[in-house]
Amino acid sequence: MPSITFEGQDREVLPGETVLDCLLRSGVAVPHSCKAGACQSCLMKAEANVGLESAQAGLKDTLRAQGYFLACSLRPSADVAVSLPGGEVRTAARITRLDSLNETVLRVRLRVEEPFPYYPGQFLSLVRSDGLARSYSLASLPHESDLELHVRRIPGGAMSEWLHSDSPEGETVWLQGPAGNCFYVPGSPEEPLLLVGTGTGLAPLYGIARDALAQGHTGPIWMFHGALTPAGLYLTRELQEMSARHANLHYVRAALRDGGVDGVEDGELDACIRARLPKLAGFKAYVCGDPALVNSLRKKLFLAGIASKAIYADAFLPSSSPSPLPQSAACT
Amino acid sequence: MSEHVSPSLYQQIGGAAAVDAAVDIFYRKVLSDDRVSHFFDDVDMDRQAAKQKAFLTMAFGGPHNYTGADMRRGHAHLVLRGLNDGHVDVIIELLGATLAELNVPQPLIAQVAAIAESTRGDVLNR
Ligand SMILES: Cc1cc2nc3c(=O)[nH]c(=O)nc-3n(C[C@H](O)[C@H](O)[C@H](O)COP(=O)(O)OP(=O)(O)OC[C@H]3O[C@@H](n4cnc5c(N)ncnc54)[C@H](O)[C@@H]3O)c2cc1C
Ligand code: HEM
Ligand code: FES
Repeated sequence: MPSITFEGQDREVLPGETVLDCLLRSGVAVPHSCKAGACQSCLMKAEANVGLESAQAGLKDTLRAQGYFLACSLRPSADVAVSLPGGEVRTAARITRLDSLNETVLRVRLRVEEPFPYYPGQFLSLVRSDGLARSYSLASLPHESDLELHVRRIPGGAMSEWLHSDSPEGETVWLQGPAGNCFYVPGSPEEPLLLVGTGTGLAPLYGIARDALAQGHTGPIWMFHGALTPAGLYLTRELQEMSARHANLHYVRAALRDGGVDGVEDGELDACIRARLPKLAGFKAYVCGDPALVNSLRKKLFLAGIASKAIYADAFLPSSSPSPLPQSAACT
Repeated sequence: MSEHVSPSLYQQIGGAAAVDAAVDIFYRKVLSDDRVSHFFDDVDMDRQAAKQKAFLTMAFGGPHNYTGADMRRGHAHLVLRGLNDGHVDVIIELLGATLAELNVPQPLIAQVAAIAESTRGDVLNR
């Protein structure tokens, strides 16, 4: 059996086990969340390249070249020495402001002292001082003084309850990333864009739409925001004002229940989209939020004629299990 | 050496560019066909696009590293869910329709179908 060396100690890998599971089993507090290669919370570094490619999907080239990999995706077939990422990939940030966007969504503003280059719509891993890590998408624009995240309260959720209930304003956290392909790419200003999100899936779309408009996008930008009930929608006034200022921005809200009033559409998002946009070939689409909805929507959009390469999606995968709080401080 | 090497089937169809052109058309057909779409329901699209490419490259006679054993392993869970000859027929039919849509000549389509056909036993784990 191959073994994993961490902080000078060897740990034997069980058949089929990932680096993450092996280290967690032996009591090492590795930050993690989705265990599915999507959130990048479990970033680690290998001392030598031992067939890391399969565990490097979605990582930046610079990180790949330095031997970074996702611990939840690597099933080692040879001995490997690994370490947790240090300051070179983590940026300290202070929580500057927390304010409610609706009953369940909190706007979290963060200030970084060092440069933190990102594209609006990408996501970062927010790592608390005890090592708890969760991913959140960026709703802000790089020239704004603070980073902006939208965090939905998950009852019993380790990170979201902390942010919502403990009011950690002023606290320092670590940021890892950014990562992900959900962002505006300039160069085709006339291309029609379709932005679809549920719940806090609006966060990246809000960033992408404002970025596109700021960069002079002239083609139509269709933004569809869905929620279970109208109470789950937010930033409505801001988006209505934005679409009043920009003739090419079309903003549609939908709720699965209790819609049909105050300009909120009643029913499924994809029906709303089809009613307004019968022809989708030629669109570029961004789909973010609830994983089941993201996966079914991207399939439907593809079947409706959008090229698979023109669909960018971020499924907000939840953590794989209620994670016990890591015992030791994981970021130093 | 002046040995004449005739272009491979893969080159005649158009190589990697043909795979790229075919992948969306083929995958759309598969997902819209009630006879086979349920096998693809829980495969996520990112991974699936890569696998469709692998499938097409293989069927077009292009470079790949799959062995018969890989094909058996790769489809064993589908056989448990009822994958049978009829489904292989559908996939070969949709493959042909895809190539016809891309104006690939019929004789080349027949060669592609024969390659896919040759994997039938492995795909069905017989
Ligand atoms: C790429 C990416 C981007 C993301 N962007 C955002 C974002 O912008 N805004 C945002 O609010 N979240 C986002 N998420 C989700 C976020 O990372 C956390 O999963 C979420 O905040 C819950 O974390 P928690 O610690 O509060 O709950 P946990 O302690 O992780 O969860 C507690 C329990 O609730 C379950 N659970 C978690 N989430 C859900 C859910 N949605 N529905 C039902 N059960 C659930 C868990 O499985 C667990 O059993 C994103 C995730 C990914 C992978
Ligand atoms: C006709 C011959 C066929 C060939 C040559 C073939 C080839 C392939 C190849 C190369 C892969 C990728 C394997 C991998 O990289 O893991 C694959 C995966 C797959 N094939 Fe086939 N295939 C055939 C028939 C079928 C049929 C008939 C079905 C179902 C109707 C099917 C359904 C699938 C599915 C669902 C996957 C993805 C499995 C997963 O990731 O869970 N295939 N196939
Ligand atoms: S990417 Fe490994 S835990 Fe999410």
